Amino acid sequence: MITLTINGLDVSVEKGTTLLEAAQFLGFPIPTLCHMEGLSPYGACRLCVVEIGEEPRSKLVSSCTYLAEEGLKVRTASERVVKARKMIIELLLATAPQSKTIQDLASKFDVRQQRFKQEYEDCILCGRCVRMCEEQMMAKAIGFRGRGENRSIGTPFDIPADVCRLCGGCMYVCPVCELRCTYNEPEKAICGGCANLSPPCLEKEGFDDMMCYMDPCVACEIINDKERSLKP
Amino acid sequence: MEKETIKSIVESHEGSKGGLISILEDIQKKYGYLSENSLRTVSKETGSSLVDIYGIATFYGSFSLKPRGKHLVSACLGTACHVRGGPRIAAEFESALGVCAGETTEDKEFTLETVNCLGACALGPIIVVDGHYFSKVKISDVKRIIKKTKTGLDKVSGDKDDNVVPLEVSCSHCNHSFMDHQCHIDGHPSIRVTVSFGQKHGWLRLSSLYGSFAVESEYEIPMDMEINFFCPHCHSELNSPSPCVLCGASMVPMIVRSGGMVQICSRRGCKGHMLDLDGVNF
Repeated sequence: MITLTINGLDVSVEKGTTLLEAAQFLGFPIPTLCHMEGLSPYGACRLCVVEIGEEPRSKLVSSCTYLAEEGLKVRTASERVVKARKMIIELLLATAPQSKTIQDLASKFDVRQQRFKQEYEDCILCGRCVRMCEEQMMAKAIGFRGRGENRSIGTPFDIPADVCRLCGGCMYVCPVCELRCTYNEPEKAICGGCANLSPPCLEKEGFDDMMCYMDPCVACEIINDKERSLKP
Repeated sequence: MEKETIKSIVESHEGSKGGLISILEDIQKKYGYLSENSLRTVSKETGSSLVDIYGIATFYGSFSLKPRGKHLVSACLGTACHVRGGPRIAAEFESALGVCAGETTEDKEFTLETVNCLGACALGPIIVVDGHYFSKVKISDVKRIIKKTKTGLDKVSGDKDDNVVPLEVSCSHCNHSFMDHQCHIDGHPSIRVTVSFGQKHGWLRLSSLYGSFAVESEYEIPMDMEINFFCPHCHSELNSPSPCVLCGASMVPMIVRSGGMVQICSRRGCKGHMLDLDGVNF
């Protein structure tokens, strides 16, 4: 057993446990995106960053790939972590502003601005689909191709792979290829209808995280109606 | 035919962990590029999935999935060349050759690529054609460079002797020329490569006359020593898995400028060599 400290709490975990699992065991929330139960850790999205070690030599690591070490001091919500996490969400949002998952993350972590050019990419290279195809579907039909800015996910030579069984698992786990909540300003990255305005129907605490999951979004509907009635 | 060759390349790397890159390197060395069929054969022979092999082949810049041209034109777009108009020179090459950067002309003569620095910033904008540096290139020079390349960058009057012909050779990986015009052997520019044996690592100059075995080297190479050849430009190993018919040591293939391949034995003193020229009239 390995004993480490997470946010000041001592916890003993088995050898081979990741920091993410240990923190989740203690109930500390760490947002994840490329991590998925049943798939191997990948550490691509960096959303699960935590701070390890003592100041001033502390460093940020991705908790989903970092294995617990004896005596390690971990902080899951320090100022530095929160700042880094918000920046990562903002960057992800610039890459794929149409993704509902990312929009929800932005709402949840209080990202209220979008300072980068929006790219509307249909892929954030989180590798979920690649791992799904390989580890759960045992197909290995899609994979990473190229590198740097030319990196993409797809089949070799862009020819439909004969090992693909069209199971749809890749699309099922994709956090980006869903329809986005456009509110009434399609160019705006953050829908904002649900999170940025005080919701008219749910002015209770504890519902902040839930609102974007509503279909249709009540807040957007009301604002839409209001604007429609204002038009001559 | 290709399948058999690839099979033998895969077999020569059998059992070595992580041999995939070496296998792909050998195929690229042999054919100049990685064809779709060759990747599929490798997948079948090694048992690795095509996705993984394709991922590796597209990740590393040294692998090409498209056939490369006879001449490689590198246009420098590093900072210094950039401010001196490198992009305009590159664009002029693109329009003159009718291809975009990274592509090969239809007649398979030229491959145009852009590089980020060639280390000769004071001479920018730099164009390198088959290892020949052209400095301070102007837009008006572009046509001349292409014409010069077509007629032969280092035109040497060919020896009329049927058995002894000078060859201009280049690296089978990067297509950079091995010819050293500063240092002549047998009255012709020598072939300069990097060699290593034991703890020694240095240059080796070979006579460019096919049939002449004159060599000069930085360190004395003991007879019968099998040595490793490297390209002085891209530093990739030149020894191929195919064995010498005389002594069994690995052969070193080089691309012949006028077309075809020449292979020499990597063992000092062995006279095993092969010349495979296609479409050349003596």
